[in-house]
Amino acid sequence: MEVWISILISVCAAATPLLIAATGELVVERSGVLNLGVEGMMIIGAVTAFSTAQVTGNPYLGALVAIIVASAFSLIFAFMTLTLVTNQVATGLALTILGLGLSGMIGQGFVGAPGIKMEALSIPLLSDLPVIGTLLFGQDLIFYASWALVFGVWWFLFKSKTGLKLRSVGDNHASAHALGLNVIGIRYCAVLFGGACAGLAGAHLSLVYVPQWVEGMTAGRGWIALALVVFASWRPGRLLIGAYLFGAVTIGQFHVQAQGLQIPAQFLASLPYLATIIVLVLIARNRRLTMINTPASLGKSFVPDR
Amino acid sequence: MKVQLIKRSQPSNWLALTSPFMALVLTMVAGAIMFALLGKNPATGLYTYFIQPLLDPWSRDQILVKATPLILIAIGLAICFRSGNWNIGAEGQYLIGGMVGATIPVLFNTWDTALVLPLMLIMGIAGGALYGAIPGLLKAKFNTNEILTSLMLVYVAQQFVDWLVRGPWRDPDGFGFPGTKSFNESAVLPALFATWDAHYGAVLAVVAAVIAWFVLSKTLKGFEISVLGQSERAGRFAGFSPAAMTVFAFCVSGGLAGLAGIAEVSGSVEKLDDKLSLGYGFSAIIVAFLGRLNPLGIIAAGIVLALTYIGGEAAQISMGLSDRAARVFQGLLLFFVLACDTLIHYRIQITGGSASAARKEGAG
Repeated sequence: MEVWISILISVCAAATPLLIAATGELVVERSGVLNLGVEGMMIIGAVTAFSTAQVTGNPYLGALVAIIVASAFSLIFAFMTLTLVTNQVATGLALTILGLGLSGMIGQGFVGAPGIKMEALSIPLLSDLPVIGTLLFGQDLIFYASWALVFGVWWFLFKSKTGLKLRSVGDNHASAHALGLNVIGIRYCAVLFGGACAGLAGAHLSLVYVPQWVEGMTAGRGWIALALVVFASWRPGRLLIGAYLFGAVTIGQFHVQAQGLQIPAQFLASLPYLATIIVLVLIARNRRLTMINTPASLGKSFVPDR
Repeated sequence: MKVQLIKRSQPSNWLALTSPFMALVLTMVAGAIMFALLGKNPATGLYTYFIQPLLDPWSRDQILVKATPLILIAIGLAICFRSGNWNIGAEGQYLIGGMVGATIPVLFNTWDTALVLPLMLIMGIAGGALYGAIPGLLKAKFNTNEILTSLMLVYVAQQFVDWLVRGPWRDPDGFGFPGTKSFNESAVLPALFATWDAHYGAVLAVVAAVIAWFVLSKTLKGFEISVLGQSERAGRFAGFSPAAMTVFAFCVSGGLAGLAGIAEVSGSVEKLDDKLSLGYGFSAIIVAFLGRLNPLGIIAAGIVLALTYIGGEAAQISMGLSDRAARVFQGLLLFFVLACDTLIHYRIQITGGSASAARKEGAG
């Protein structure tokens, strides 16, 4: 039992950064913008969180700085694609390349430094419950935040008026504009929110999951988060399933290795990536599901006519 | 203050020619600011990065070595991007091309004829093309997002090659270092000149660029590529198949990336090791855009990007600047290229806050 609980806790740790980054990107895509820079924003979050925690000794401050800096970083993307109407795919890639380069430069002095781990925040009484106690109530703050974020985003998108406006901008920007909505303004806000989420996801990597700075430590997680949004067909609730499924694949891979099975480590390490491809194929085959939920203006630039 | 775009009645030809140069100048300005912030002399920094490598014969040789894979990959990407397909996984196709081409010298290392090298190159192209065909076929058949699948396959390829060079293909006499035995002479792509590192891959890159330029600008296939890229609907009316184009574009760009991979393995490293993945597949995206998706422009763009690699190494040695600065330069360059491309189609009007407020009042 103890073993299973510790495995489940590590699944949560692997799923949390994916969930947070994907939730942010889901809001961005719902507003009609495709930001492929998640990987870059995430690693900027990871490096700023780690370095801030090193300098100040406070991991919470680290996470806060990561959110702010990654959000500011996403502003470059927003200005380029929304104000200068550059190609969203290419600009997102540029953001990822720049983020990977900058993070390497910032983090160079911190390679090998012992990390400062964000300790678990056990909720009194509840965390003493048998079995589910530590699993649900004995985790770090970012874990709780990730669940709150998913429910918050679900409520915002589908129950609030502003959320409805954001979705209508993503579905048909020309009509939304004609109705007097500020298409560009709403999209700016969405992109900044996505940046903030990616920053927090990165902070989780370097403060909780690995507690270290390793160059390129996001290792494609930003891209998997993008795939999760497609998997979830732009519904926040389904992100939970997807993220925890991928968390389980990632952790399962380590446990198979530990069992001493004669499978090369590299094959197991490529499982999450292969799983992503398979999931993308399965989802894409269901055209009706994809058609209903895909924001119709996704990836298209908008220039307001006057 | 408000930034507004006003569509030009016609794209500006003059700006289309000069925009890559504008981007380059802006990158240098941004670089100078970055050097100053890091406490280095901006003038020395820019000189070390962009001028010094061109003056030294050894550096010129190294620029050619790095430009070769960048140009080969970028030509393929340009064809793919022009046709409206996003191949982000060239790095994986490059690795698999290098790996498949290396099977001959690794598995049949006693085979020592003039046939070895051409066969290796063909196998490299085939390997890259087949690996590139996976995301292409998935998109054509199931409408799967090709950006994500092609990228995921990069990680899979990296793990697979890593396993090969540490496991079954490792040189037993290599003191435990990951990597195959060094290739026989018959499996090595010869150097351009006796004392140079640059190899005949550079010639292949130029030949590929000229062929691609001809196909894109003078043939029906080139027309089909640009029609489908600009409007799938229009392409369908013309009788072109978007699905067939997707598979074609991915095979071509995968094949060229595979050729880059085997040229690097056979001409430069002369064995397959764990350091083949250097990010050329990603930098080539920048090369493709800096060359404005034109194969001839890509030759020049490839040399510029190679310059940032070599200049980055020089700046690391002589100025103590992080070698990651080169990556930052490359990222900035892509941003500026994209921003300057906007100028081709739009005029930018910056209005003061009061003026736009006044207009709002007038409109209301």
